[in-house]
Amino acid sequence: MNNFTISDSVNKVDNQEKISGSVKYIGDMVTEGMLYGRTLRSTKARATIVAVNIPVLPVGYYIVDKDDVPGKNRVKYLEDDQPFFADQMVNYIGEPILLVVGPDRHIIKKILEAITLVYRDIDPVLVLEESEQCPGGAIFGENNCFAQYDFAKGAAAEVFPTVADIVLEEYRTGYQEHAYLETQGMIGVVQEGKVSIYGSMQCPYYVKNALIQGLGWDESRIRIVQVTVGGAFGGKEDYPSIIAGHVAFAAIKTGCPVAIIYERGEDMCVTTKRHPSIVKFKTGVDKAGNIKAMAVDIILDGGAYAGLSAVVLQRTLFNITGVYNIPNLVVNGKVMATNTVPNGAFRGFGAPQACFAVEMHMDNLAKRCGVESLEYKQRHMVQQGDTTSTGGSFVHEVKLPEMIAMVDEMSGYTNKCKAYATRREIGRKGIGISLFLHGCGFTGSGERDHIKAEVKLVRDARGDVEILVANVDMGQGLKTTLTKIVGTTLGLSLERIICVDPDTDRVPDSGPTVASRTIMIVGKLLADAAVEMKERWLEDGRIEVTKKYQHPTRIQWDEKNFHGDAYPAYSWGVNVVEVEVDPLTFAVDVLGVWTVFDIGVPIDNRIIQGQIEGGVLQGLGYGGLEVMDQHDGKIRQGNLTNYMIPTSMDFSKVHSKLVNNPYENGPFGAKGAGELTLIGAAPAYAAAVSQALNIHIARIPITPEYLMEVIEHGKDN
Amino acid sequence: MEKTIKFILNGNHMELTVNPLKRLVDVLREDCGLTGVKEGCGEGECGACSVLVGGKLVNSCITPLGTVASASIITIEGFRETARYQVLADAFAQAGAVQCGYCTPGMLMAAEALLQGNSVPTEEEIREALSGNLCRCTGYSMIVDAILHAAKAGEGLW
Repeated sequence: MNNFTISDSVNKVDNQEKISGSVKYIGDMVTEGMLYGRTLRSTKARATIVAVNIPVLPVGYYIVDKDDVPGKNRVKYLEDDQPFFADQMVNYIGEPILLVVGPDRHIIKKILEAITLVYRDIDPVLVLEESEQCPGGAIFGENNCFAQYDFAKGAAAEVFPTVADIVLEEYRTGYQEHAYLETQGMIGVVQEGKVSIYGSMQCPYYVKNALIQGLGWDESRIRIVQVTVGGAFGGKEDYPSIIAGHVAFAAIKTGCPVAIIYERGEDMCVTTKRHPSIVKFKTGVDKAGNIKAMAVDIILDGGAYAGLSAVVLQRTLFNITGVYNIPNLVVNGKVMATNTVPNGAFRGFGAPQACFAVEMHMDNLAKRCGVESLEYKQRHMVQQGDTTSTGGSFVHEVKLPEMIAMVDEMSGYTNKCKAYATRREIGRKGIGISLFLHGCGFTGSGERDHIKAEVKLVRDARGDVEILVANVDMGQGLKTTLTKIVGTTLGLSLERIICVDPDTDRVPDSGPTVASRTIMIVGKLLADAAVEMKERWLEDGRIEVTKKYQHPTRIQWDEKNFHGDAYPAYSWGVNVVEVEVDPLTFAVDVLGVWTVFDIGVPIDNRIIQGQIEGGVLQGLGYGGLEVMDQHDGKIRQGNLTNYMIPTSMDFSKVHSKLVNNPYENGPFGAKGAGELTLIGAAPAYAAAVSQALNIHIARIPITPEYLMEVIEHGKDN
Repeated sequence: MEKTIKFILNGNHMELTVNPLKRLVDVLREDCGLTGVKEGCGEGECGACSVLVGGKLVNSCITPLGTVASASIITIEGFRETARYQVLADAFAQAGAVQCGYCTPGMLMAAEALLQGNSVPTEEEIREALSGNLCRCTGYSMIVDAILHAAKAGEGLW
């Protein structure tokens, strides 16, 4: 029996193998006769390929390209637009054209250098706002638009003519690169007509489905095995499907195992990133400055191929009113094609862009009517029973007032804010607060209609219990938390619960490890399976329990019109950041970070603390440090020297507390947590810098150069 | 051009005939099978490949083997045999300092290098000692706490 309650921290099941360096990541694996592959990539943002000149290859070296794709040369995402290997056209710098495969990596590099390409240039689309004009012809569809959505609430059209004032603002966010410490990599092996893929990934079944399409083989001949993942943050949700295809095609052609392990520069320039965004508000306020109606236009930069962009856009849209009850609302959004590296999933999945924009907008609306930001936000804050932006309902208790009181007590926000606003002589200090939420799990009816998760629990002859799910521990502690959920429910010590990395030949499809869904959805299914197993515990021998996702009947979602409950539950957060800005260099020193989160009930306090501290730091990096941009379609920050992620010296310790708010459909009351922790840091940081310098900040990342520009040229908007 | 190079690896005398320009990280991982040494960036920025050379912390990805001839090299595989490792390992587990684990062996080597020179470091000194080791998961504070705790728990070992 265990002598802990569910939130008490335990020694993580993978601590020992990771600390000792004995655990194997994909780059640590070598098999007999293994060959290496390296990718030849487009150096053009947009062109047709006229000729590929390949030198005479040494014995044992191969070229693998579009002609070696046995099935459909399209990676399976939402649209079938992205090829595994370019076919006559290239649409971004870094697009894969072919592989050179062989035993010696130095010789492979020499062969790559000797290959020459003849291109015919086409005018590329490199500026997001120009995408709609389709210079050079459309990259995607007829108008370069991957997806366009709109929805409304209330009667904005009728209310706008009656308001006292209309405020127009625009906010921009840049790229963010995942910078997981382990670069992407896969090994493909073909044996007896079956291909096995080993690699670093978040979603084994996404990879499997991509190979079913790329190979055109029966699913029984495709096996995906996840190997210990050295960080992912969304970056190993979609891109691994491409590498898996490459190693599979190469292994089939050569008859040997083939490994592709990306170097850092390659990984940073060609894999997906967070979508840059432009958000435009038109907000109607009454005489007191309170919001009566709001119209929002959102554009995301999707890059050259559709990928998951449409779903990312949906989350930006549904989050654009933040934690505020906007009675009359019109939201328009589109994600556009440009000839740049395709953007994809990144912790928060469209929400961080929305949160930055709406929090800064609220901050500014407060300033306009001379009200302190927090007070203004509280006037508009949602309460239990209010409708969401899509006309759904906040059915659970909203603990924001309690959370705000807690963070105020921890940080001294109210007093500091007053002091910094009025006593400018005490130095260029500022403090900012952000309020935010995150919809847990897939958007709308995704779990019911698309994912259809299934989990399995098996008690073997010795009485040990194995968890069989497709979800991945990428560092967030999933093996430990799922083990705790099952062990605690069964009343078994954790040593008797087995949870190993998924292998699609052994585990059912419990869905991808994304969208802060795994604890809430998969964990709940496992808890239910454990309850059933406990009832059957006295049966002899092996017991197998399978559970399939059942959609709560309460949740109604009209996917066509975006009406109803976009998410089954929400997690909440309040962040405070205090800064001091050097008046000469505009370097920002973070003096303190305080956070309060509502994630239902934590499955493990220490694991949640790790999610909070890591997520908040990524959010601060997004707001303050992490500059990535492209010039003529080429990513300019191609390594960890010029793309700066936070070091141990950059930010101070994060002080955090949780409120208890059990969710009835989560295991032990747990809701989603992983993404929430990133979302609020950037706007709190921006608000603090904005107060310190008494300027309006309209974009992130906030670099000293940007601050200098705003101060020299006045208000940025 | 190949050359015979001698060095001491985790206490064992080694002799390898290789190109002296070969990166130490490749020698350790490929020729010696020590995959606890990770490559994260290949340009000395992330510290995942940290090892001790003559007791000093170095990034093995920017160290040609020729420059460490006759030196004593300690990797996580050697360090994990010590009592000091066990104190740090327990402290890392206790503090929740490990998430994806990819930076972890390098972090331990950085901690060992720090504590060897300063057995009672302050939080600031620890943060500075870790500043060449990137971690994208934890936000660092739990790693800093682990090292503070290890310094206390391992009193007399360093």
